[in-house]
Amino acid sequence: MALKIVKGSIDRMFDKNLQDLVRGIRNHKEDEAKYISTCIDEIKQELKQDNIAVKANAVCKLTYLQMLGYDVSWAAFNIVEVMSSSKFTYKRIGYLAASQCFHESTDVIMLTTNQIRKDLSSPNQYDTGVALTGLSCFVTPDLARDLANDIMTLMSHTKPYIRKKAVLIMYKVFLKYPESLRPAFPRLKEKLEDPDPGVQSAAVNVICELARRNPKNYLSLAPLFFKLMTSSTNNWVLIKIIKLFGALTPLEPRLGKKLIEPLTNLIHSTSAMSLLYECVNTVYIDVNTPPLPSLSLSLCLYLSLPPQLCVQKLRILIEDSDQNLKYLGLLAMSKILKTHPKSVQSHKDLILQCLDDKDESIRLRALDLLYGMVSKKNLMEIVKKLMLHVDKAEGTTYRDELLTKIIDICSQSNYQYITNFEWYISILVELTRLEGTRHGHLIASQMLDVAIRVKAIRGFAVAQMATLLDNAHLLTGNMQRMGICEVLYAAAWICGEFSEHLENPMQTLEAMLRPKVATLPGHIQAVYVQNAAKLFATVLKSQEGNTDSTAAQETSQLMIDRLPLFVQSANLEVQERASCILQLVKYIQKLQQKDVEVAEEVSALFAGELNPVAPKAQKKVPVPEGLDLDSWINEPPSESESEDEQPKAIFAKEEPKHSRPRREEVDEKELAKRREARKQEQANNPFYIKASPSSQKVYQEAPGVEHIPVVQIDLSVPLKVPGLPMSDQYVKLEEERRQKERAEKKKKEKKKRKEKRSGRGKKHDSGPESEEDITPAHQVDIVTEEMPEKSSKHKKKKQKKEKEEKEKKKKKKHHHHHHHSDGGGEEAVQNGTVEEEEPLPVSVFFCFLPLTKVYDIQGNLQDGSQVVVSVIFENKCDSFLKSMEFNVLDSLNSKLQRPEGSGPHDGLTVPFQLPPGVSNEARFVFTVQSIIMPQKLKGTLTFIVKDSSTHEKLDFKLHFTCTSYLITTPCYSDAFAKLLESGDLKCSSVRLEGVNMPFHHLLARICFHHHFSVVERIDSCASMYSRSIQGHHVCLLVKVSAQTVSIDAKCDEPTLLGNVLDEIKQTFSQC
Amino acid sequence: MIKAILIFNNHGKPRLIRFYQYFAEDMQQQIIRETFHLVSKRDDNVCNFLEGGSLIGGSDYKLIYRHYATLYFVFCVDSSESELGILDLIQVFVETLDKCFENVCELDLIFHMDKVHYILQEVVMGGMVLETNMNEITTQVDVQNRMEKSEGGLSAAPARAVSAVKNMNLPEIPRNINIGDINIKVPSLSPF
Repeated sequence: MALKIVKGSIDRMFDKNLQDLVRGIRNHKEDEAKYISTCIDEIKQELKQDNIAVKANAVCKLTYLQMLGYDVSWAAFNIVEVMSSSKFTYKRIGYLAASQCFHESTDVIMLTTNQIRKDLSSPNQYDTGVALTGLSCFVTPDLARDLANDIMTLMSHTKPYIRKKAVLIMYKVFLKYPESLRPAFPRLKEKLEDPDPGVQSAAVNVICELARRNPKNYLSLAPLFFKLMTSSTNNWVLIKIIKLFGALTPLEPRLGKKLIEPLTNLIHSTSAMSLLYECVNTVYIDVNTPPLPSLSLSLCLYLSLPPQLCVQKLRILIEDSDQNLKYLGLLAMSKILKTHPKSVQSHKDLILQCLDDKDESIRLRALDLLYGMVSKKNLMEIVKKLMLHVDKAEGTTYRDELLTKIIDICSQSNYQYITNFEWYISILVELTRLEGTRHGHLIASQMLDVAIRVKAIRGFAVAQMATLLDNAHLLTGNMQRMGICEVLYAAAWICGEFSEHLENPMQTLEAMLRPKVATLPGHIQAVYVQNAAKLFATVLKSQEGNTDSTAAQETSQLMIDRLPLFVQSANLEVQERASCILQLVKYIQKLQQKDVEVAEEVSALFAGELNPVAPKAQKKVPVPEGLDLDSWINEPPSESESEDEQPKAIFAKEEPKHSRPRREEVDEKELAKRREARKQEQANNPFYIKASPSSQKVYQEAPGVEHIPVVQIDLSVPLKVPGLPMSDQYVKLEEERRQKERAEKKKKEKKKRKEKRSGRGKKHDSGPESEEDITPAHQVDIVTEEMPEKSSKHKKKKQKKEKEEKEKKKKKKHHHHHHHSDGGGEEAVQNGTVEEEEPLPVSVFFCFLPLTKVYDIQGNLQDGSQVVVSVIFENKCDSFLKSMEFNVLDSLNSKLQRPEGSGPHDGLTVPFQLPPGVSNEARFVFTVQSIIMPQKLKGTLTFIVKDSSTHEKLDFKLHFTCTSYLITTPCYSDAFAKLLESGDLKCSSVRLEGVNMPFHHLLARICFHHHFSVVERIDSCASMYSRSIQGHHVCLLVKVSAQTVSIDAKCDEPTLLGNVLDEIKQTFSQC
Repeated sequence: MIKAILIFNNHGKPRLIRFYQYFAEDMQQQIIRETFHLVSKRDDNVCNFLEGGSLIGGSDYKLIYRHYATLYFVFCVDSSESELGILDLIQVFVETLDKCFENVCELDLIFHMDKVHYILQEVVMGGMVLETNMNEITTQVDVQNRMEKSEGGLSAAPARAVSAVKNMNLPEIPRNINIGDINIKVPSLSPF
């Protein structure tokens, strides 16, 4: 025995310590993982020893491995053991390991409470210190509750080392156990005046963190902080205090005035840049936040530093060669921008200069600033500068950032700053030339928005879009990368919708029907097809006017030649639209051959104007009776966001005032405020037109669309040259236009003055033009006349006139049989059956049951989470069925895939109608997460019986068996053997009694119904294989002996296997 | 609050990681990788601030870092910390390391990760700044090291002898990866 111990301890001498481990890892660069796994084995051995030194050494090594990414939570208990050692060395190791890998769900933390308490009250201050440090990292609500008192006592420990740690950790305790804040607060406040600067700093730290979450409650401490600020010399503390005041001043305006003097003193006396920065930041930013604009002004006057000068100071920072100061200067600028945009705007040059900086952080900051700096005057210039940067930028992320910023800047507050929309359109067109951008859809939506809302621009936009379509092949390089080809969506739509503006519609039509289009994503092709039809209508109209009718016929022929390409499309929508339109064109051709004029009727298909919705439209919808939109649905949240953090004792006097009695009044104010805020928001949202008078004001000068001062653009400028950036020209044009306008204005004013002989208009004619003087060249469509309540787009799609079938066969036959249609019926039973909802509703809906459905579920091999369900609908009644809608109640695991934009409960329209006696198949795609369990989905099919035109409903269940997730996959016997040997597969078996069929029938049945394939067959024994859509292997060994079949099966997913076997068993019990 | 402190070398190998908010180990490694990716592609003469990575934090968080010779010291902090203050703090931390290890180099951090942790614990506690005075920090570290020594350290005498034997046939470890110019321009240090 003794010998064993000696031997053991000698062995232990050869244990690796941390340095050996690190060295070892460095010497095993090639097989590091393997080496570490042997080390972990060794560590596990070491942890089994009784010797605490050995354990501590092992835990120390584990801490290192944790840093390398190894999960060491399995050693949590050993860590606790080491923590509880009496030696400081080991204890420290234990606490370090715990702080690195313990977290709230580590269960051994429960065991540590008493140990930590013991350490906290240890006579050795470093034991206590180590415990506090460790605890600060893994404190849980339970620990916080149990130890709060002990820590509070430590806050008045004799040693400052312990006091400061105890004060700091209180913040963590407050977070986890908010109830402790109230009793601890007086002591915390006391610590603000602790003789030790470290403790003082810790207390300031904690209170600043608390105040950040809920500044109101700490206002009462302001005088104390004020004193600290004037007396403290610790920069760290000063910075924290100034930050705290930054949060407090918006709540108590008088504070701001008081702060001026000490802050100015600090600004003048401090040598530390970091502190200077915080001072500047606080004086001009935090004090200036919205509630105190007047104060901020007086403050600035008082300091003889108007905001300009403050910004001037920041300018010094930004111009500094130190990149850090530059960054911070910009950061502070962006805060001032919110309150004093004007004073920042004068430094545009500087900000633009920062865009050239090599540092991305600084460039991003500058971009942020630019957003707030644009005006009507400088927009073009700024954007021009940005466009230059777009060309220069090398990283795609930065370029994308630039692109979104350009669009943001231009479109902000309802295109407020854009004076010339042609310029904007050409900017957008230029942006499409960016390679590999992700923001194609953004550009596209801007194009659509502008083209629809700015009527005056349509002609120009259409011309540009036509060029884009024509040159689509130039984009094809990056077309496939989903990004930029979205633009073509907008281009095609605009060209189609506003085709009357097209100069050469025929050419565009041809461009839209090029075979290359078929490589575009489906939704874009669909738009192409639809708009090709619109264009077709326009072309016909122009050609029929001519005497020569062959041109029109040729156009039809072109459509008939090209459309079949789209009819073959894999995308359902493209296919559907294309075949509709193809039939239509064929019909038109027939008419043309008989010399019938069709152009009018064809264009009637697409007649009507797409109008924006008036904001007042909503008002016309009557509010249902008894609905009060202003009443609270739930009780409003209480005043403070987190009551738990209020140290109630301190503010006991104030509280009652704030609560109940005032609520109603507050609510009303609050409501008004919110309404105002909402209006404000809507005003800035381009989709809410004419939301509030304030947003209208800008445009009131020029009321109707007719009065828009549209610029006569010199058309000698080659507007249509593709591939040539031309937005620059607009800058010049714009200048000229403004000059002209100004001149005109002057003239008018002169006249006025002559007439009136009064000098009142004086300030207008001299000096720089003000913002309002710049009138936009185009008007965003702000419709002032009464708008239709609904967006009315009347597009009469050809509706098949099936009115001939109007014979009334009212009574339906009652089909009471459980529907197996003869053909697919057999299979359907196996893969899943449609079950009617059980007894109760039977009587209700059986009388309407004109339908049978049979379905087949199939996994999608390409995508491990998709299952395609093909449903055959057969109409067994004598009436015509239409408007069938298929809907399934999604479960957590499986969801019916619905087209984008539809809600989770919307049904899918079955894409056909069913005449009596006809059957057709529809496919639905489901996404399935886990495939290891079978499941049933409930669903309903709604449809309209033509004659009665009532909605009928049919409930059904879809049974997703596990088998349906299997896919017949051939497997060679050697691969099969390897698979079985690999040992990853779990085993299971089943016995079937009384199966009375030849062996090969039995195998065929399994193959057919359960998607297996036979790997090998020897006499009455066979091995079979199948794979699930998520790649699980399923192997079967089937043996038969005298009516008893035994199936041994292996699979890497035991649940799946069990279910598959159950299903096989069921198959055979049915026969 | 400081959310995390990461030290890694020019190749992204972690030398010390200290998260003040729980992340699972694989997430921690991902964060290190992402941070390294963000920081390493920046020149030495650009600013030391980086608007946070996607994994850690979000918009309120910033990465504040310093690059010394072979090592990056990265602090991930929220807006309650002063940017320049944290830069100073990193400098204080590194200078403290330099004092405690006597001319610190990457190898010291590699082989004595535990000691680096103990020093850091005297500077930052639970994500909050505990002490910024270098003398105070070194004093506390020294006292604790002495205590450890008086207890015989982690590896008692015999084990140490064995360790020496194991050391003998190992290649000489180069100690030339000095951090070098430690007096990189810092806006303010003196008053701390």
